[in-house]
Amino acid sequence: MLLVQFLLLSSVLFCIGIYGVLARKNGVMVLMSIELILNAVNINLVAFGTMTNNIAGEVFALFVIAIAAAEVGVGLAIVLLIFRNRSSVDLSSIDSMKG
Amino acid sequence: MVALSALAGEGPTSLIQAGGWFLEKAWIIPALPAISFVLILFFGKRMKYKGAEFGIISIAVAFIFAICCVGQWIGQVNNADSYTEKQQYHDEEKHSDKAAHEGILNEEIQRTSFNELGVASSEEIVVSALAEEKDGYSSVGIKPVIERFTWWESGGRSFQVGIMVDGLAVMMLFVVTAISLLVHIYSTEYVAGDRRYTHYFAFLSLFSASMLFFVLSENILQTIVGWELVGVCSFALIGHWWEEKPNSDAALKAFLTNRVGDMGLLVGMIVLFWSAGSWSIVDINNAAINNEIGQSTLLIASLCLTAAVMSKSGQFILHTWLPDAMAGPTPVSALIHAATMVVAGIYMVARLYGVFFEGFDIAGSSFNVLALVGSVTLVGAGLLAFVQDDIKKVLAYSTVSQLGYMVMALGVGAWTAAVFHLFTHAFFKAGLFLGAGSVSHSVHSFDMKKSMGGMRKFMPTTYKTFIVCTIALMGLPPLAGFWSKDEILVGTGGWGLFGGTGGNGTYVFALVMGIIGAALTCAYMTRVIYLTFFGEFRGDTHGHGDPHESGKRITIPLVILAVMATGAGFLNFPVGFLTGSKAGWQERFGHYVEPVATYFPPIAHGTPSWSLAIFSTVVAIIGVSAAGYYFFVKVNAQSPAATELTNGLTEKSKVAKAGHTLLKQKYYLDHLYTDIIANGTKGPVADATYWTNQKGIDEAVNQVGKQTARAATFVYEKIDQNMVDGVVNLSGKASEGLGETTRTIIQRGKIHQYAAIMFAATTILAGLLIVFV
Amino acid sequence: MVAQNVFFGIMALIMICAALKVVRTKNVVHAALWLVVVLGGVAGQFLLLGAEFVGVTQVLVYIGAVVVLLLFGVMLTKASLGEEADLNMPNRTLPAIIAALMFGVMTYALIDTFRDTELPRESVTNAATVSDSIFADYIVPFEAVSVLLLAALIGAVVVARKE
Repeated sequence: MLLVQFLLLSSVLFCIGIYGVLARKNGVMVLMSIELILNAVNINLVAFGTMTNNIAGEVFALFVIAIAAAEVGVGLAIVLLIFRNRSSVDLSSIDSMKG
Repeated sequence: MVALSALAGEGPTSLIQAGGWFLEKAWIIPALPAISFVLILFFGKRMKYKGAEFGIISIAVAFIFAICCVGQWIGQVNNADSYTEKQQYHDEEKHSDKAAHEGILNEEIQRTSFNELGVASSEEIVVSALAEEKDGYSSVGIKPVIERFTWWESGGRSFQVGIMVDGLAVMMLFVVTAISLLVHIYSTEYVAGDRRYTHYFAFLSLFSASMLFFVLSENILQTIVGWELVGVCSFALIGHWWEEKPNSDAALKAFLTNRVGDMGLLVGMIVLFWSAGSWSIVDINNAAINNEIGQSTLLIASLCLTAAVMSKSGQFILHTWLPDAMAGPTPVSALIHAATMVVAGIYMVARLYGVFFEGFDIAGSSFNVLALVGSVTLVGAGLLAFVQDDIKKVLAYSTVSQLGYMVMALGVGAWTAAVFHLFTHAFFKAGLFLGAGSVSHSVHSFDMKKSMGGMRKFMPTTYKTFIVCTIALMGLPPLAGFWSKDEILVGTGGWGLFGGTGGNGTYVFALVMGIIGAALTCAYMTRVIYLTFFGEFRGDTHGHGDPHESGKRITIPLVILAVMATGAGFLNFPVGFLTGSKAGWQERFGHYVEPVATYFPPIAHGTPSWSLAIFSTVVAIIGVSAAGYYFFVKVNAQSPAATELTNGLTEKSKVAKAGHTLLKQKYYLDHLYTDIIANGTKGPVADATYWTNQKGIDEAVNQVGKQTARAATFVYEKIDQNMVDGVVNLSGKASEGLGETTRTIIQRGKIHQYAAIMFAATTILAGLLIVFV
Repeated sequence: MVAQNVFFGIMALIMICAALKVVRTKNVVHAALWLVVVLGGVAGQFLLLGAEFVGVTQVLVYIGAVVVLLLFGVMLTKASLGEEADLNMPNRTLPAIIAALMFGVMTYALIDTFRDTELPRESVTNAATVSDSIFADYIVPFEAVSVLLLAALIGAVVVARKE
């Protein structure tokens, strides 16, 4: 197996994730796209770890999984809060930070 | 004068390992208040005295331990001295002419260049043969007591935790526990019946614990932890009465301003760690002194750490939080914001002095950031103290100014002087704050102009102690402040007249600012004394009768502090003063506190001169007399209830008025921080551009335009006016339009757009990187 | 080797299609289910790379917990179970361009650097190796992550609870 095939798969997933983050309006959908991005990164970590025969890649992939779980928890809590205040999870309508 | 270059690479003298039960078990001292904190938190409310007893007992025991540590440390130094004398004896035979020289044994101290500073192997004495030392003097160095164990290891690095006890640490232990004990006792009366009495004592305990932990820290990680802990306690205690908005605002301000400097602390410490390869303070100092770290690296680290000192020790321009911090209870101001926490910055510099000494090249230059910051602060804050009506704010600015003295002293290489001033200042400033608290306790206000005056009749004890502490602060002989201030002035090395030179480099600017600051201190303290204790009582007691003296638990700490303010200065008579048998009383403090070890840089000591001491005293007396004439003679003649002349200078002269306004507005620094910096960054960049366009550039341009136009009208009639106005308006419109465009296109609050810009920019940058690299 | 490459190809194809579905479908619940496919595929890739423990954790944590959490999110935000019209931004060309551009840059860089790098064979790591590493070399980051999880837990409760 070539290393580059895994890296390319990961970059495809990464870019699809970015497309999702930018193109989706619904907060939950944006979170799903972020999960795609994180998984792409994980594939990269494990692939490089295998290439250099270093366990660190796998360990950090595990850390990323743990942090992704935390991220989804907090992210969904925020989305719920937005939903409760505005009865919609439309992120394009949240622009009170404008200058 | 010592040729500094000759000092580097001197042959080794000898090192003696300090030991002793109390020194090795010094960790008990911070542990006691820490336990008390937990106890108060869990059981405080159920106890008879609402938890105050835990705090007082723990800090009292800690104080006794600290005294034992002091005793043991002095014993260790004397022990080392006896070795020195034995060697001295041989040297004296060879250099009998030099040995006759005033009988000074330990004036010029040799530095050793041992690198090994291992964990205590007690009583191990290394006495190596002495080479011919310069001037025939040498000294036996003392290894500090270091007790440590490995806390955790990660990635091949071990992180240790432990204590490091040497003269400096022992001195701080004494100061912190002593002041803390007095403040605890004072507080039982001052905050009696407070809504959060138990909480208050819990935080006092936590503060004492963290400050003592900070003092004893063996490595810079512990330093950072202690530093942040005292910051948190300060935050909690400033906001003790957080129900009132100004108090919680002041607490936030203190915390956030300190964060600015804390970034400097973190960066500086990380730089030090990576360049020295160790967290240990001793290792870092050794590496810095032995030139194992590059000078520019040390400079960067020192600059970052200086930022930390500026915030924690209230140096110009980050001092603004300290006067606001007076919103907390007065005993807290005395303990945290005058005597202990604010000197954490000074202590940190003194601890890592090798880094600063080499980084700023203190020995060889006549200018560095520390000296500059200190000198500017000491005069700037002294001026600000004149226009404050709140007695605590005057004292706060005075603290800022005195901290400026210490920073300046460190900057010019007068290490001992800085630490000695820290020591004396702690007593007299705590005394002043507690005195102010005592006054306010009876008149229920801090406003000198509205609620005080004539207090000497009502509160004789407070009055007397306040006067004593004031004279100590003014630096009039023979009270404490005189000796330490004089030593700082000597240390600047700028006084070449009538003998008395020395020090590291020639810091003329620092000397001049120091003398100006001495005069200012005297003048504003005279004002405080007059407004508070003389004239007529201007307050309103709301039918409670006359104000009365505070109770015993308030006055006794005041008396003790006044005694200390009188006597503390005698611990360090300058060289050549009262020389008795052996070293007599001269330089005792410096002798016991200043490390004679490898981790301390080879600083040179200035020789004091009578002319400088007399000159600075005369300046101080002039300051007192000028202010005294103004208040006691002229203002008092106008009316005993008056607080200032109605036809004073500010009414007559526009320049004076402008200066007064500038001081009243505290140099507009708060405006700078809140209006310009904070609001400027609140709405992001485009907003700031827009704002600047609208308010700044536009207005400036318009103003300039208008003024020019007026002049033009006067000379050239209408044509030119139209033209100028037209141009001005055009440029104004153009810049406004630009701001508006940026604002509406980029700054719309659409997160998708932000994300798109971010990803696109990343892509483009990555692409550029691939193409060009 | 051929079998592995074939397996990789099939899986990659499925994953890419599923990922596209995740970002294109108009049904929120379907998106979550397609996400399960992608995540399962990632777990398969981990196995292919010899990272058994990470693969299993991926299944447990992602498919078992994260997706369920996301479905709860869908439910609590009262998304309709059928198709929804208002899921996408009006302008989707720009995101597509950015994504494509980024893919181009990355592909060029990756192929340019790792064109012929072979992965070593027989490099299966078992759970024991991973745990040895975590609990010896990476114990501090591990503890930090556990504190982070706790903080996130408390934070999520505080943010989401009703007053």
